[in-house]
Amino acid sequence: MDWLLLALQIPLMLLLAPLVQGIIKTSKARWQSRRGPGVLQPYRDIAKWLSRESVASDQASWIFRAAPPVYAAAILFAALLVPTLERRSPLPAIADAIVFVGLFALARFWLAIAALDTASNFGGMGASREVAFAALVEPALLLVLFAVALPAGSTSFSAMVGDGWPGAAAVPAFAALLVVTIAETGRVPVDNPDTHLELTMIHEGMLLEYSGRPLGVIHWATQVKQLAFLSLLAALFFPWGMADAGSRAPLALLLGLLAWFVTVVVLGLLLGVIETAYAKLRIFRAPDLIGVASVLGVLAVMLTFVVEG
Amino acid sequence: MSNTLLLIAPLVYFLLAVPVALVAQRWRVLPAALIALGGVAGALASLWVLRESEVITLAGWQIAPFAQFSVRLDALAAFFVGVICLPAVAVAIYGIGYLNAAGADHQHAPPAAIDALLAAFLAAMTLVVLADNVFSFLIAWELMSLVSFFLVIGDGRQATARRAGFIYIVMTHISAGFLLLALLLLARQAGGFEFAQLRAATGGLDGWERNAVFGLALVGFGTKLGLIPLHVWLPRAHPAAPSHISALMSGVMVKTAIYGLVRVIWEFAGPGPAWWGGLLMALGAISAVLGILYALMERDLKRMLAYSTVEHVGIITIGVGAAALAASKGHPTVAALALTAALVHLYNHSVFKGLLFLGAGALQTGAGTRDLERMGGLIRRMPKTALCVLIGALGIAAVPPLSGFAGEWLLFQGLLDLGANVNSATIGLLVALAAGALALTGALAVAAFVRAFGVGFLAQPRSAGASAAREVPTSMLAGMALLAASVIAMGLAAAGVVRMVRPVTTGLVGTHATPALGEGNVFNAGWLSGAYAPWAVVAGLVAVGVLPWLVARLLGGAGRERVAPPWVCGVDLEPRMQYSATGFAKPIRLIFQAVIRPQRTVDVDRPISAYFVSSIRYDEQLHPIYERHLYQRGVAVLVGASRRIRTLQSGSIRAYIAYIFLTLLVVLTLTRLL
Repeated sequence: MDWLLLALQIPLMLLLAPLVQGIIKTSKARWQSRRGPGVLQPYRDIAKWLSRESVASDQASWIFRAAPPVYAAAILFAALLVPTLERRSPLPAIADAIVFVGLFALARFWLAIAALDTASNFGGMGASREVAFAALVEPALLLVLFAVALPAGSTSFSAMVGDGWPGAAAVPAFAALLVVTIAETGRVPVDNPDTHLELTMIHEGMLLEYSGRPLGVIHWATQVKQLAFLSLLAALFFPWGMADAGSRAPLALLLGLLAWFVTVVVLGLLLGVIETAYAKLRIFRAPDLIGVASVLGVLAVMLTFVVEG
Repeated sequence: MSNTLLLIAPLVYFLLAVPVALVAQRWRVLPAALIALGGVAGALASLWVLRESEVITLAGWQIAPFAQFSVRLDALAAFFVGVICLPAVAVAIYGIGYLNAAGADHQHAPPAAIDALLAAFLAAMTLVVLADNVFSFLIAWELMSLVSFFLVIGDGRQATARRAGFIYIVMTHISAGFLLLALLLLARQAGGFEFAQLRAATGGLDGWERNAVFGLALVGFGTKLGLIPLHVWLPRAHPAAPSHISALMSGVMVKTAIYGLVRVIWEFAGPGPAWWGGLLMALGAISAVLGILYALMERDLKRMLAYSTVEHVGIITIGVGAAALAASKGHPTVAALALTAALVHLYNHSVFKGLLFLGAGALQTGAGTRDLERMGGLIRRMPKTALCVLIGALGIAAVPPLSGFAGEWLLFQGLLDLGANVNSATIGLLVALAAGALALTGALAVAAFVRAFGVGFLAQPRSAGASAAREVPTSMLAGMALLAASVIAMGLAAAGVVRMVRPVTTGLVGTHATPALGEGNVFNAGWLSGAYAPWAVVAGLVAVGVLPWLVARLLGGAGRERVAPPWVCGVDLEPRMQYSATGFAKPIRLIFQAVIRPQRTVDVDRPISAYFVSSIRYDEQLHPIYERHLYQRGVAVLVGASRRIRTLQSGSIRAYIAYIFLTLLVVLTLTRLL
């Protein structure tokens, strides 16, 4: 465990996640010939939610109140596992890539039961769709991680950060992880983050009964999740400019920070372009897309054997 | 001498509880205490043997000239004694209140009889894993099956229970038949019926015999395991028994088949060719995915849990298969890791599945139903049961840091280790597909248990029974709390469970998984440094969970909360508006309809005109394809053959004497000729 790295990564993830969200939103607005609310809008939104009173469903039990902190904790902890500044995970001795996936399952479990707890039908709808799509996303995510882990010889993120594009398996693995990122962050063409229209909503459906501070915490955590997935894409496939493991040189860390932020923003812009260029899929067409990601994942794992053997 | 006592102590307690239960019908605490004592004794014996790596044998009691009764407690047996005994303690305590409570689903059988059968059931299962020769094993196996059969049918007044019992007894005897053949084949080669002789003769088996033994054992044990497509009895029989018996049948009894499979693969017939492991992995993956999909479609909680057992049996079989594959390719450390994963998951499953079945029994007692669509809102009426079930659900859904995740983490590592060490594209594909199936299963398990807990316990009550539900008696809560605490403890101290398994893998594979695995409460898997430290993950979660709250508090002052009805588009909230269990699983049903093939019929009545619908009737059913194609055809052939044979049964005594005479002639001629 590296306390310095950890001490850097916690504020990095928490404070930059809304900014990345703001940049994606603004870029999307520009692509769509709108001005957009500005890159700082997510900060204002979070500040607003955190200061407002919360309205809870009169049917809700303690599950509804416990879910936001558990959700946020699981996601923030998962985000601390991904290498950002250095070529290693801040917490390699505690948790690896499989735990990373498990933590998102923990977050999803709690948010889904909280959505059911409100007795509102929208909550049930969101939870039902979220767990169904996650069932397809999770295998794809794990297979991508395994395709990278097998040549690296370890499921630890520290070992999995290679020199970028490790072999032929990287192509399908990258494509699969991109689809997984789109699905996990609730973006078009799988979900639409900007609407509460019940025909299409997945993630937002679960949040419909949340308001005030708990809503702010959930949105903030969801933005951290987005940043964590972008960082994962960056670390596994474009680890350029990352400081060497154990490097204490401030300049190297600064360069690492810069490289990481630029890569993450570029990947975020790519998500924005995809979101603008494609229409949202009909809800039961989305599994086909995610299914393709799983097949690409199997292909990636297979390729690691063919290339090596 | 004291060692022998260790071996027989749990058996003595369990057997003693049988007459005590029947005699002291007024004091049901007595047999329960004996069973619990036996469970504690067995758990301690198991720990002691695993710690000291000692083998205790007890031979004696000549039943027949060729058959004697002998038992042996080695590391593998000791591990399984532990698996039997931990849930046994909880079940015994739970049973006191459960059978006395009104509305429990024990089908009118008197509590004393169920207590006695429970004790006999535990004794039989313990004997199965202790048996040290073919006869002891088969007798114990049959005893286990028969006792559980009686527990399934109850007093036989319920038609569904009778039918479940019938299918169970038929399948279990098909299974016993295959096992008999496998063991006799082995005994013929070994020239004796002692397991020691069987072990010694392994080298003398040729390839054909090995494969035959493996095939027979796979069908025999696979039936007991509930591997698809041999599982048809399991989702019928397990829910029919009283809930604490279901807990043992699903949590423990199926595991005796894994025990047998492991013994046969590593000690009696193996290590075999690579395709054994490959076949097991494929069967396990199919069972895991289909099992959880069928579980998601069930609205009867106990049937759902039974299908989830099919899933977990599949997961364990993937691990056993990966271990067999690695062993046959000459990678003992990989085999040890995969086998460790399978056994750790097996132990964990016996605890959380036991807990969930006890929870289902509590719901039956407290809310009077097993139907998820008739529950709801129970977290307020039965808060303690709800907490226990939530812990079980989190455990079985394999989310960190509870015990289910530890097992699946190990299994993923085992599969990766297999892929990394055995460099072949075929095995690569197998590993990729098995890992993918395992991931899919895990995510679907989250869906299944979000559904079970969310629909069952949260929101508004969906029936009169649920809105009048009452918390269950203390003894039932105590039984559940014991297992819930175990789910947490075995998740946090998962490394301890791994250390417990070490002597088992050492005994079977010759080595254990890398020394780092299980040292200092961190899992360091086979290779470099994939790590999972449950305690540290909990500490981290608590730390970062407090952090955002602190930030929010600083930014927004004290949190204010107002309570108001949820938004339902401006009308009054009704329980019918909530998502139902069937509705919740609808997306998954649509996505996987090519696999599970639901059949739906929608009747819309429009008596006046096409625009005025008076009623809609919706019916959706699952008819698993293998039941139609495999079993119905088999049964048709069997019934047809029986009909033809029936003509022989004239009822005339002379005809029967003629049959006997003819048979005698044929046998005599045959013996003369051969």
